[in-house]
Amino acid sequence: MKHQVRKEQGYHIVTLTGEIDLETSPQARQILLGTVEQSEKLLIDMASVTYIDSSGIATLVEAFQRAKKIGKQVAFICLNPAVVRVLSLARLDKVFAIHANIESAMHADL
Amino acid sequence: MGNQGHHPHEHMILEHRFPARAKELGHTRAITRMSLNNHGWHSDIVEDIVLAIDEACQNIIRHAYHGECEDPITLHIELQDNSLVVVLEDHAPAVSPDCMNPRAFEDIRPGGLGCHFMRQVMDHVSIGPSPTGQGNILRMVKGVHSPSQQSSHT
Repeated sequence: MKHQVRKEQGYHIVTLTGEIDLETSPQARQILLGTVEQSEKLLIDMASVTYIDSSGIATLVEAFQRAKKIGKQVAFICLNPAVVRVLSLARLDKVFAIHANIESAMHADL
Repeated sequence: MGNQGHHPHEHMILEHRFPARAKELGHTRAITRMSLNNHGWHSDIVEDIVLAIDEACQNIIRHAYHGECEDPITLHIELQDNSLVVVLEDHAPAVSPDCMNPRAFEDIRPGGLGCHFMRQVMDHVSIGPSPTGQGNILRMVKGVHSPSQQSSHT
């Protein structure tokens, strides 16, 4: 898994690339929880995530809950059908704000 | 494969043995995906089975072996009639079948989703002691159309 963090138009954007699994989810957790603390509005861009499992999902939930707890906003960018499928299995498609691309997330203001 | 006799219409798809380490799971997913794709199943079915196997391996590492180790996990995938049968064997002390019960789903919270995923994407999931007396056997079954039947619908 690779990652990039950048700031754009008032949003912190964390771009994750590759597979988020038992091996890589601790790294994803560290990145996401660290960025949640710094940002008022966080976009987690998973458009290039090719696989996610329950450990990756747990990481997303933890970041989401931390953001809610400290009054920050967070949304997800997700396109890969395999990743969308796992979010749906976890019923997070009805909990998370999920957008097709960064522009639409910014347009909706998360 | 344990005490299971040879089924008249069974066909071995994959056998893979690897250490119970997180870094092995990416390769295990890749060869599982490749083996199932080579048999022509639809990608939705392939990804569901890859997810179930990955979650099962995580459970073995966490709850059977109580952490990463060099002890083996052995993966078998067979086609039996119209069912894909996945068997995962470990050499850990016996675990309770209760460990396969998914948690209540009302709360959105991290963790505990692996068994839920396995039961959602597979038709049958069970765990029991190995007939060899050492280790556990986790068995998952998913009904599938043969690849030829799939292609006839496209």
